[in-house]
Amino acid sequence: MNTGALLPNSFPFVMSTSLNAWSDALSELYLFGLPLGLVIIAAVPLVFIALYALTYGVYGERKISAFMQDRLGPMEVGAWGILQTLADILKLLQKEDIVNKSADKFLFVIGPGVLFVGSFLAFAVLPFGPAFIGADLNVGLFYAIGIVALEVVGILAAGWGSNNKWALYGAIRSVAQIVSYEIPAAIAILCGAMMAGTLSMQQFNLLQEGPYGFLHFFLFQNPIAWLPFIIYFIASLAETNRAPFDIPEAESELVAGYFTEYTGMKFAVIFLAEYGSMFMVSAIISIVFLGGWNSPLPNVGSLALNDWTNGPVWGAFWIIMKGFFFIFIQMWLRWTLPRLRVDQLMHLCWKVLTPFAFVAFVLIAVWEIYVK
Amino acid sequence: MDQTLSDFGTVFVFLLLGIIFVVGGYLTARLLRPSRPNPEKLAIYECGEEAVGSAWIKFNIRFYVVALIFIIFDVEVVFLFPWATVFKQLGAFALIEALVFAGILIIGLVYAWVKGDLDWVRPTPNIPKMPVIDDNESNG
Repeated sequence: MNTGALLPNSFPFVMSTSLNAWSDALSELYLFGLPLGLVIIAAVPLVFIALYALTYGVYGERKISAFMQDRLGPMEVGAWGILQTLADILKLLQKEDIVNKSADKFLFVIGPGVLFVGSFLAFAVLPFGPAFIGADLNVGLFYAIGIVALEVVGILAAGWGSNNKWALYGAIRSVAQIVSYEIPAAIAILCGAMMAGTLSMQQFNLLQEGPYGFLHFFLFQNPIAWLPFIIYFIASLAETNRAPFDIPEAESELVAGYFTEYTGMKFAVIFLAEYGSMFMVSAIISIVFLGGWNSPLPNVGSLALNDWTNGPVWGAFWIIMKGFFFIFIQMWLRWTLPRLRVDQLMHLCWKVLTPFAFVAFVLIAVWEIYVK
Repeated sequence: MDQTLSDFGTVFVFLLLGIIFVVGGYLTARLLRPSRPNPEKLAIYECGEEAVGSAWIKFNIRFYVVALIFIIFDVEVVFLFPWATVFKQLGAFALIEALVFAGILIIGLVYAWVKGDLDWVRPTPNIPKMPVIDDNESNG
């Protein structure tokens, strides 16, 4: 690989910056024919998604929405309602699984699965710090935005398989919205790839490393970078069906959109997938524009803040915190902006964001070749 | 990296683990949950009304138009990604070529825009016409 490539003789149990060194130590061990190290590597993001969705995702969102509306939110189960999501999960596990009799059973069952697997596969290229990444693909960024789009298939399968009018409307709206906003999002990410000259997620982070912390981030390296940054943020809201782009699951008109008919565990899987992709888009925007796992603190004279706050553990801390920050903004916007109408949604995508994304594309290309 | 599996091998492990997680979740729930179906539960949810007809109907042609425009632009972006990684080395020639490539597609976008294919169907507001009463005339 590159700078993050492993040193062949590094001692794997010491926290070093060599990539996935500890998993190579397990390369002799196999679990059902698969290398144990790789299974652990894949299990870490899975556990992360589950834990974050339970704590920050569900509980955090309920509390944040409550405080924004001057309520208290869940308060019954445990102190300050902290065990609420655990109780919810236990309840969801025991809920009867209802597949309505006119549904397409196959599509109905695989829908949530495809959604979740699509969302989870994107985590394969997400670097959790300098020493941990599932697979540092040389096309990592491209793979991430491609595999997240697999969700479209899951949503369509769920909505069409339900044979429910609400679900169908929710699904076709959702698919139209996701594929439309994929264009400005992809062009904005392309701008990031142009600044970096690479598609490897790990390389993105290494390029934004430096003693002055946030000043090395692409957002502050290029005066035009804020344009694709904002475009990608808006488009990512639409891609994850978050407010103000939540017309696919607009509860006042479509009950719950494409997951109207889902109960129990299937419902939980859909939710996990949604929270997974919320973190994924937040992590992508952090990696491409805001330095990923690099510390934003600069070295000031003898206060080497940047050196102190970088490393494998700090790296994981920064990328997760940056992701959580954007998720917080997503939650905040949900209680700030009213929902868009379908025609406004298409107008914003095709007539505002896409032309501006092309403008950003041209400006960044010119800047990178002639100014820098 | 492991000697036996490439990077995409790791992605495959992720795929397997994702599938195992979902299937495992379904099976765990199957062991714990009750199953007492009745005709009402198995009916399609339509806010308490009896569902009329199937939901598998033709939907608005606009969705196909959106899908077509999407495919064109998506293919374009796919081609631009490899270009983005090397254009700094290739310099002005590659830049102009990419701009021509993007420009042709932008003409397509402008065409779709002018033809009104990007406008969503909107209900035309039905404003009732009220008779205009001219005060001066009625006085005279």
